[in-house]
Amino acid sequence: MPFKRYVEIGRVALVNYGKDYGKLVVIVDVVDQNRALIDAPDMVRGQMNFKRLTLTDITIDIPRIPKKKTLIEAMEKADVKNKWENSSWGRKLIVQKRRASLNDFDRFKLMLAKIKRSGVIRQELAKLKKENAS
Amino acid sequence: MAAKRKTPVRTRNPDLIRGVGKYSRSKMYHKRGLWAIKAKNGGVFPRHDPKPKPPAAAEKAPKFYPADDVKKPLLNKRKPKPTKLRASITPGTVLILLAGRFMGKRVVFLKQLASGLLLVTGPFKINGVPLRRVNQSYVIATSTKVDISGVNIEKFDDKYFAKAVEKKKKKGEGEFFEAEKEDKKKLPEDKKEDQKAVDASLIKSIEGVPDLKAYLAARFSLKSGMKPHELVF
Repeated sequence: MPFKRYVEIGRVALVNYGKDYGKLVVIVDVVDQNRALIDAPDMVRGQMNFKRLTLTDITIDIPRIPKKKTLIEAMEKADVKNKWENSSWGRKLIVQKRRASLNDFDRFKLMLAKIKRSGVIRQELAKLKKENAS
Repeated sequence: MAAKRKTPVRTRNPDLIRGVGKYSRSKMYHKRGLWAIKAKNGGVFPRHDPKPKPPAAAEKAPKFYPADDVKKPLLNKRKPKPTKLRASITPGTVLILLAGRFMGKRVVFLKQLASGLLLVTGPFKINGVPLRRVNQSYVIATSTKVDISGVNIEKFDDKYFAKAVEKKKKKGEGEFFEAEKEDKKKLPEDKKEDQKAVDASLIKSIEGVPDLKAYLAARFSLKSGMKPHELVF
């Protein structure tokens, strides 16, 4: 029931609307009740409404509005990239991107692989059923 | 017509800006030397009488002319440009046919013919599509490419695909009442040979890629949840 992820300086968030959709950004300051100042290693620091952000579990240790160099060092130290890519949320996003970029030929190969896998599973199941019946 | 100059005329009156020349009318008169031409001819411009033309043959009134004056349509000199080939379609691309007898078949693109149509082959042994012409608009280009270097497609053009002209036989009365026996049109042997020649090296390069043969043999169809505008081909 209580909130687990808070808006704080150093909170890593995912942009869920707009030009920077899908990017991971860091909240470096709070402008007012609705807006935060956000920054990321590959973008110019700017403001964004909280409604455009989804907070993640990751935080980093930074002073208020750090220089770009400091920000990048802090992100390296906290290993944000790897933590994100190994989290279940991050892994799901990677899989979604991969699925969307599949070629027609890739989709065909995927179908063959699925059929093969389910065939193996069905054989095992049949074997177990037979053992159980006897 | 006067004799043509060896060098094209460059204007004696350069443009200051577009529409405004550097020299006035009187200056240009002087520059062109019109005063010298007049002086040579005694104060007036030389006048050449028209050459005597041979007398034109007397025209008779035409034997027949239509009752109403009908307007002739305007002359059209438009030459259509050759069809632009989509950048995604290169020789060896796998295409998905969208219409016609082979709807949904995945097919290998060979080359664009002079008429703008695409020359395409199954290969025949894999999915039953022969050497065929197909319109670019009825085709989805996938990003899968097949190696087409071993294939000789120089001899195929639009004339190769023209319908064979049949001689019309005049029917006698008796033959009207007989049932018309038409032979089923057989495909000439040389076309079959051409197909085999083109497909031979194609099939070899296709079998080099795992699953590609089965891919070309299968038809494409939209399943539930597939959104064409979001699919990457």
